[in-house]
Amino acid sequence: MYSDPRVARFISGQLEPVRIHVREQKDEYQRLSERYNAQWTPTILVLDSDGEERHRIEGFLPVDDFLSQIALGLAKSAFQRKDYADAERRHRAIVDTFPSTDAAAEALYWAGVSKYKGTGDANALKATGDAFRERYQDTTWAKKASVWQ
Amino acid sequence: MPTASSSITWSHDFDAALTHAREHTRGILLDFTAAPM
Repeated sequence: MYSDPRVARFISGQLEPVRIHVREQKDEYQRLSERYNAQWTPTILVLDSDGEERHRIEGFLPVDDFLSQIALGLAKSAFQRKDYADAERRHRAIVDTFPSTDAAAEALYWAGVSKYKGTGDANALKATGDAFRERYQDTTWAKKASVWQ
Repeated sequence: MPTASSSITWSHDFDAALTHAREHTRGILLDFTAAPM
């Protein structure tokens, strides 16, 4: 995954990359794997600037799926710090850039929630429910959005 | 500080990276790996 130039550029541009090796850094692996409850490799965490986990990837993924999951972590970080405009922008960018990934449906859901939280406009939720009647119908996220009519 | 490039410059010092992340309000990608380094 990391040898792909798109992955390298995206990670280097947006995050502090830290790699802890299970055998070559035994003590550090022990300490951090307990702190973050990591029990498998690869486990890849997107942490916010306070070290709080915002998203977790366990196992290898193809490049687009991996990138979309990292982007989801950054979007969740924006949501958590209540920067709802940035959260909406980041979630919508995932839907637009990686529409065929598993992350896209989740991102579509949270884009709607982010807009609603940022504006108080309930139409944001209705529009999201409508969008799910057009795409990603077979996902859990569509079920969750089905109440927005 | 890592910049957007075609290869990743990994830190192996989590505490130093966390300090840097706090100072610059950036997130961290923490990769637990068993792959050859």
